[in-house]
Amino acid sequence: MTMRAPSEELPIVFEGVTVAAGPVTILDSISLTLLPGPPTVLIGPNGSGKSTLLRMAMGLLAPSRGRITWGGRENVPPLKRAIVFQRPAMLRRSAAANIRFALRAASIAHAEHARRTSELLELVGLERLADRAARRLSGGEQQRLALARALARDPAVLFLDEPTASLDPTATKAVEDIIRTVSERNIKVVMATHDLGEARRLAGDIVMLHRGRIVETGAAASFFDRPQTAEAKTFLAGELLV
Amino acid sequence: MNMLTRRLLIAVTASFVFAGHAFAQDKSIVVASTTSTQDSGLFGHLLPMFKAKAGIDVKVVAQGTGQALDTARRGDADVVFVHAKPAEEKFLAEGFGVKRYPVMYNDFILIGPKADPAGIRGSRDIVAALSAIKAKGADFISRGDKSGTHQAELNLWKVAGIDIAKDKGPWYKEIGQGMGAALNTASASNAYVLADRGTWLSFKNRGDLAIAVEGDKRLFNQYGVMLVNPEKHPSVKKDLGQQFIDWLVSSEGQKAIADYKINGEQLFYPNTNDSGA
Amino acid sequence: MPQDLTALQLVLSGDPALFAIVRLSLYVSLSAVVLAALIGIPLGAWIALTRFPGRQGVIVMLNALMGLPPVVVGLAVYLTLSRSGPLGAFGLLFTPSAMIIAQTVLVTPIIAALTRQTIEDLWIEYRDELTAMNLGPLGRVATLIWDARFSLVTALLAGFGRAAAEVGAIIIVGGNIEGFTRTMTTAIALETSKGDLPLAVGLGLVLIAIVIAVNALAWTARRAGERLAG
Repeated sequence: MTMRAPSEELPIVFEGVTVAAGPVTILDSISLTLLPGPPTVLIGPNGSGKSTLLRMAMGLLAPSRGRITWGGRENVPPLKRAIVFQRPAMLRRSAAANIRFALRAASIAHAEHARRTSELLELVGLERLADRAARRLSGGEQQRLALARALARDPAVLFLDEPTASLDPTATKAVEDIIRTVSERNIKVVMATHDLGEARRLAGDIVMLHRGRIVETGAAASFFDRPQTAEAKTFLAGELLV
Repeated sequence: MNMLTRRLLIAVTASFVFAGHAFAQDKSIVVASTTSTQDSGLFGHLLPMFKAKAGIDVKVVAQGTGQALDTARRGDADVVFVHAKPAEEKFLAEGFGVKRYPVMYNDFILIGPKADPAGIRGSRDIVAALSAIKAKGADFISRGDKSGTHQAELNLWKVAGIDIAKDKGPWYKEIGQGMGAALNTASASNAYVLADRGTWLSFKNRGDLAIAVEGDKRLFNQYGVMLVNPEKHPSVKKDLGQQFIDWLVSSEGQKAIADYKINGEQLFYPNTNDSGA
Repeated sequence: MPQDLTALQLVLSGDPALFAIVRLSLYVSLSAVVLAALIGIPLGAWIALTRFPGRQGVIVMLNALMGLPPVVVGLAVYLTLSRSGPLGAFGLLFTPSAMIIAQTVLVTPIIAALTRQTIEDLWIEYRDELTAMNLGPLGRVATLIWDARFSLVTALLAGFGRAAAEVGAIIIVGGNIEGFTRTMTTAIALETSKGDLPLAVGLGLVLIAIVIAVNALAWTARRAGERLAG
């Protein structure tokens, strides 16, 4: 993995994006600009629309109304974007084969595969488990493998959906360290979490969602020190936001 | 797909194609015949001799006489070798056969339980025996499959003055299967059954069954052989088929038939020179 | 009961006729399974991944066809391959090829239906990942089939079991010709009709042993593969 130049994928701009599934509005008139720089963290309670927003930014889901542009263009195929889902599916192959699969899917030259695979395994600390069946890895190991698999696409933007949910502190730290490394290499990280501690540790800026709407955005430092809205204050105070 | 899977697929596909061709190029004919000739072991005795002499493989599809004639009518056999003279003559009249050659005869026997509920054991009069079975309502198994044996049985009821289609009661059971199955059923239910002697002699699951009636002239069972008409079905291997027929009716073939014995007992009596057979 | 030993003696003495029958049985049934897999797996995967009008009906039909009566299939193939039938010119009736065709017809719905179910379940699990990797339809199908391979082995075994056990179809289209189209099951039917029940039972036990051996082999391969691939 090399240092990236700023990419044509960014900025990702949401203009009045609404998603409805039947009578239910999942995202409501979202306008948002994702810029190059440190990680953008989406926070908010479960069901606030974080995952849906990530999928749309990835390009897996089209808006019911409004539009999304990547570097000023619409309908850009997700060749330079990658996503790690909250519960990533492990292909029924070895850890190394999972990465090779992603390399192949990203049409990366076959000659590169061996080198890239070992680099990525090393980055996520799985080099000793390269030949282990992916589905027999622990939760934390699977999450790291999913990160490596996403990075195999050599993305300019990496979307992460609750990457440390249900991991213990040691495994969480390992994943967060990888996210920091990735971000330092100029890959734009956009991640969703409902863990405020994690948001504090990783975020450059914050987007807070509640009931499908953006309630507050801003640089992480100012968001945590001086929340502007009642919802953000309630959420930061650790009270239940319903 | 990895290399191994691919190789496996190629090998299987190739062998499939190859198998079809290899068998097709063999010098062989298909003979539609009856279960009695096969189950009695006669073909097992004759075919190796013919193969040694002519180098031709004879593939026997053993069916009931009716089904064997139908197989031949469809063009799926080269030669038909059965035992139901009226049905064979009809086959000829329809133009499906070239010529009928009488080959041999064996005889039918009436098999029944040793307890002999109809009181006919040891009789040489098949007509009286059948009448007694009907009168006593003793269990009787009929092939019911339009085979040569079935047709012979129906004919014997007619000779006995019994309209079996009308007069049959619960004692008369049509099973619609081959000779072996009929004997198995009779053995399991202690019933009477008409069988050909060859199948009976090689039949192993006799249980409490024994011969009840034998030796009546009306029980003789004539076999004929015919080449399927190549004008109806050009696929018929007429030269190879005719060679087989010629061998069966030659003195060598006739002697081979006479020589076939089970436990010292002769099963089939060659009679190709009997013009009325 | 010395008679009961007949089949065992045939096996132990390496009776060549018995081995020819066993070989033909395996050849016919395995060929049918391979051909049915070549048709049934892609067909099942296609139905699993495609939405089209009448799809529910097709799935119900496919599941129902798993219970096709062998005798009916045998009769249909017989009429098709007969000299008087549409494919009569090939002269396939009463050959091992005819038996393979009949068993392929029997086994294909089993493999297709089980593949459809397996692939559809796996697709629910994989859909997000494969879509995010921007994989095309062919790549998806290939990935799903490959990753479902251990479950598909079970589908193949179900097909093989059906083929190896069936007598109704092959006795009609094969003719049970000695040394040519006689298989384990048709030989058992023949020995039963000759009243040689001990030999029939013995052959039946040999057949069951073969089916168990094939399944044990497949199971071992599956376990070994799963340890490596999960």
